[in-house]
Amino acid sequence: MKHIIYALVDNKPGVLARISGLFSARGFNIDSLAVGETHDPTVSRVTMVVNAQDERILEQIKKQLDKLIDVMTVIDLTKKEFFERELVLLKLNTAKTTRQKLLVLFKNISAKILSYDKKEAIVEITAAKAQLNDLLAQLSKIGIKELVRTGIIAIGK
Amino acid sequence: MKKTGAQILVDALLKEGVRVIFGYPGGSVLPLFDVLYDASIDFILVRHEQAAAHAADGYARATGKVGVCMATSGPGATNLVTGLATAHMDSVPMVAITGQVKTNLIGNDAFQEADITGITRSITKHNYLVKNIAELAGVIKEAFHIASTGRPGPVLIDVPVDVQMQETEYNYPEKVCMRSYNPTLVPHSGQLKKAAKLIAKSRRPVIYAGGGVIISGAHDELLELAVKIKVPVTTTLMGLGAFPEDNELSLGMLGMHGTAYANHSIMESDLIIAVGARFDDRVTGRIDKFAPDAKIIHLDIDPTAISKNVHVHIPIVGDAKTGLSQLNRIVQPPDTREWRKRVMDWKKKYPLQYKDTGKKISPQYVVEQIYKVTKGDAIICTEVGQNQMWAAQYYTYTRPRTWISSGGLGTMGYGFPAAIGAKVGRPDKIVFDIAGDGSIQMNIQELATAVANKVNVKIAVLNNGYLGMVRQWQELFYKKRYSQTLITGPDFVKLAESYGAVGIRVEKKEDVAQALREAIAIPNVVFLDFIVEEEANVFPMVPAGEAINQMIGGMA
Repeated sequence: MKHIIYALVDNKPGVLARISGLFSARGFNIDSLAVGETHDPTVSRVTMVVNAQDERILEQIKKQLDKLIDVMTVIDLTKKEFFERELVLLKLNTAKTTRQKLLVLFKNISAKILSYDKKEAIVEITAAKAQLNDLLAQLSKIGIKELVRTGIIAIGK
Repeated sequence: MKKTGAQILVDALLKEGVRVIFGYPGGSVLPLFDVLYDASIDFILVRHEQAAAHAADGYARATGKVGVCMATSGPGATNLVTGLATAHMDSVPMVAITGQVKTNLIGNDAFQEADITGITRSITKHNYLVKNIAELAGVIKEAFHIASTGRPGPVLIDVPVDVQMQETEYNYPEKVCMRSYNPTLVPHSGQLKKAAKLIAKSRRPVIYAGGGVIISGAHDELLELAVKIKVPVTTTLMGLGAFPEDNELSLGMLGMHGTAYANHSIMESDLIIAVGARFDDRVTGRIDKFAPDAKIIHLDIDPTAISKNVHVHIPIVGDAKTGLSQLNRIVQPPDTREWRKRVMDWKKKYPLQYKDTGKKISPQYVVEQIYKVTKGDAIICTEVGQNQMWAAQYYTYTRPRTWISSGGLGTMGYGFPAAIGAKVGRPDKIVFDIAGDGSIQMNIQELATAVANKVNVKIAVLNNGYLGMVRQWQELFYKKRYSQTLITGPDFVKLAESYGAVGIRVEKKEDVAQALREAIAIPNVVFLDFIVEEEANVFPMVPAGEAINQMIGGMA
């Protein structure tokens, strides 16, 4: 099962290497990882989507993360109410579509067309993972030339 | 007051109570060694950096203090790696200080450069690369704190050579304040109450004690608990010495080469009280068949050790000494009469035993004689393999910190340098390295270190001309195809003599005890070369992947 967990860590060099090294050394699966400074510049927040076969492995992931000296807290958001978002930048092939059609597709979603010409469009989309996957499936029919995702970030209520 | 980085390092070590360093100089630690030249710290110059790490480790295990080793950048640092991994697996408090190339050369593939913090990230408890001299004093304070608290472990500090030479205003911090590191020492009282309840209801309980008991100094509390609730105690390899093996409640060691009665007791128990142990695969054997009827109480300072390999019913995070003393106050003895009778019956009927062929010396006999001659008052270090298992089985451990062995990593070549470290830390003790003729050759160069520093350890090589444990597996599971396990060595007696040590070869059973007494009396490093039975095996044995009551040479 997929879980969104986050860790608050000391904003120091090498912390990310410790976290990613832990996942590879212990054979834990990680789907995405997003890191950024918090409102306290000495603290970074690492948001991870992990794939744990069972509760025991999830517990191990959390405990092993917490054991790292630079990690302050580890929280499993999946156990609470939370909002998740991912930002995607896309380069689309415009030969098969129009600006109008794209806007229709983006109706229910926060999207911005950053540039548009005869050959290609660059689009910015922010959404929750489920919505995003639906949309990307439709867009792939039009022709995605390039795709960049930030990985999920999330916040608890 | 202004000080250079090197001066800060040495002063900080003194403030942390360091009196001895094991190490080796080199280009990137020249400023540091220049300061050490006048410092009131003993320096043991090893002949290979790996030995510096193992010696610091042996020193730490024998004394309970933080062991310190030191090496230069690049190959000096990478030679420490096996020693750090060994200490990490066995939770040994250590601080390793390495030199690094100049800050502006880091990442340039400079001469003798290695990314040692990158390399050791997963085999240290924590590590630091100090690029800014302002951080140096604080880092050292933190390093000693991290190494010695919670579940202890090695911490590495990498200091570029230019940082060693820079100057800064220096005050050694009095206290450590880390928002991200606060190990839980005092266990949750509610969990202890639950544990006490479960103990009172149990009928077939066993205490399973590991190295955590020794690290925490909880041996008295463990004995008190066992005696109070009249429950038999088995220890792990790392836990030898945590519980007196001459006590009637002792079941000795469990696991792959444990006693039959310890393994059967665990398998048939209805409650396992685990303290400072981690349910390692060499202990549990086949995990889905492990102790099927047992509820498990697990007291450990490391939350990740709990419910990692087996499901734990009552997890208790905390220090073993604190936890046990609190438990002792509230626990009530269960009715274990029937159970104890059964266990003691097994203990009588199926003791550890070996066949004496009468041709060559039995290796087990040598270990028994070491126990007899030293009256069990020595510190026993071991290498890894058959020598290690026989040393675990046939010496009776009654006190903590008298057994020093690479349990988790299983490092051949560990025992001799560890014995040097142990003897430096405990010069009042007789220190033996029980070795095989394979393992001893992995760090044999340390004879020079021991002789030069008058560290009079006694080496007892059980010389069978084989890499015995691997040969044993080949005999039992690979149709006696002895692939690369027949091994030659030098004439150890002459070798010892050429280093300035004393060599004694023993080929007859009747000479063993006398040779041991002689070795102890000689005020020098003594190398005892016992020519033993070539194909003796370590029994009982649980084949890999079997349940631990499926023992070869166990209960017939």
